[in-house]
Amino acid sequence: MEPLKPVSPGARIALGAGFFAVFIAAWGLATYGGWVPPLFLASPGRTLLAGWSLLTEFGFLGDIAVTIWRVVGGFLIAAVLAVPLGLLMGAFKPIEAFFEPFLSFARYLPASAFIPLLILWAGVGEAQKLSVIVIGSVFQLVIMVAGVAGATRPDLVEAARTLGSGRLAILRRVVIPAAAPQIAETLRLVLGWAWTYVIVAELIGATSGIGHMIMDSQRLLDTGQMIFGIAVIGIIGLVTDLLFKAANRRLFPWAVL
Amino acid sequence: MSAKTLRIAGVTRTFPGQRASAPTLALQPTDLSVAPGEFVAILGPSGCGKSTLLRIVAGLDQPTGGQVLLDGAPVTAPGPDRGMVFQSYTLFPWLTVEGNIRYGLRERGLPEAQQAEVAARFIARTGLRGFENHWPRQLSGGMQQRTALARALANDPEILLLDEPFGALDHQTRELMQELLLEIWEADRKTVLFVTHDIDEAIFLANRVLVMSARPGRVKAEVPVPLAYPRDWTMKTTPEFGALKARLMGEIREEVRKAIAAAG
Repeated sequence: MEPLKPVSPGARIALGAGFFAVFIAAWGLATYGGWVPPLFLASPGRTLLAGWSLLTEFGFLGDIAVTIWRVVGGFLIAAVLAVPLGLLMGAFKPIEAFFEPFLSFARYLPASAFIPLLILWAGVGEAQKLSVIVIGSVFQLVIMVAGVAGATRPDLVEAARTLGSGRLAILRRVVIPAAAPQIAETLRLVLGWAWTYVIVAELIGATSGIGHMIMDSQRLLDTGQMIFGIAVIGIIGLVTDLLFKAANRRLFPWAVL
Repeated sequence: MSAKTLRIAGVTRTFPGQRASAPTLALQPTDLSVAPGEFVAILGPSGCGKSTLLRIVAGLDQPTGGQVLLDGAPVTAPGPDRGMVFQSYTLFPWLTVEGNIRYGLRERGLPEAQQAEVAARFIARTGLRGFENHWPRQLSGGMQQRTALARALANDPEILLLDEPFGALDHQTRELMQELLLEIWEADRKTVLFVTHDIDEAIFLANRVLVMSARPGRVKAEVPVPLAYPRDWTMKTTPEFGALKARLMGEIREEVRKAIAAAG
């Protein structure tokens, strides 16, 4: 091991898988070894069995689908609102001066604290679930996109001006393409946060979804089902993250991400 | 063929002071006339305001006093009639070499086929054949500046503004680039304003060299270069070249010394 020296791709995969193995082994030792009573923590085997019965008997796939659609829906609404506004703020400083102070305040409002209000306004249906995700991610996203767009290299903007680009052309042909890879990275990050908000939204006043299943399992003290539900979220998160990264590499071959 | 006369009339530039400090005078009233087809080099120590002057001509910076006139019309903003190549690498990283060269053509709304035709011509002239589809990050500094030059030329500007375009390149690449630029200028005779601190470069390329004083900058000497075009590198060892170099070195040394004393 040398400081900052890269590892080979093979070693990287082996090391990454290694920690999963260590983690599961420690979990197995704690449960099978009798260190933790099964009431508090199900063993790996019991968790898998619980998961199997969830999937085959209790229609857990339906819950997963509902949760994914909520995350994607809320995330897309937030992105559609936030990306254009963030780009305009980054490119045009008066627009930034107008929105920035409010957004800096709004982004500290905890999305979960809105749940009682949102239930009052929108009931316990899908609109309320989506709203929690949108509130949780939109303000952060605007500020991050504005930061990325505002960091566009001024010398590239100047070069574009000497080549005949006006205001809107600079936004369209310089600021947006220059910011695109970083915006895609930001979206990847915020999608991860959307998963946290959806589960919070589903813990209260929901009749379906992964979060609702976890709440139900708590009533039955079924730690196996709860852990399986949490692990499923982690796996979906990991897979979408990898897909996002692959898509970004494909979309922006010119950038060194 | 360029046909417009550039006139710089009493242009000054003062940068406002930061917090309590006094404003900085960067450029004393400067007058300059450049006829169509001239190649004028602006030579000066670093920080003398030569880049500021060029940026004002480009429209990227506004003069505090005076004005820049292009055939009598005042210049207030950048435009495609004044193409610029910067010292820093300013290719758009998300466009290929060809995409970069086509940037201004697309801005002008030229049809695709014509864009491709013009781009191909300048790719050939700047020796970029085979690199059309490379991303800027895959290119050496010299190749990037070739592309930047092609990008500016493809737009067919009246005047080419070059702000130490070869300043970041190694010596050998730099000399090759000078020859390339000379070859292009000898063929097109486009008006060029070339900022540099390299005496050899100024003499080798220009037909007139302006020496700027240390900050606050002003044109302290104007030296015509009566060497015939077409020129090539063997010219750099001739006695005439040497005499011009000796004269310009004398002018510059004094200013560099002043600049260092002022900074100290």
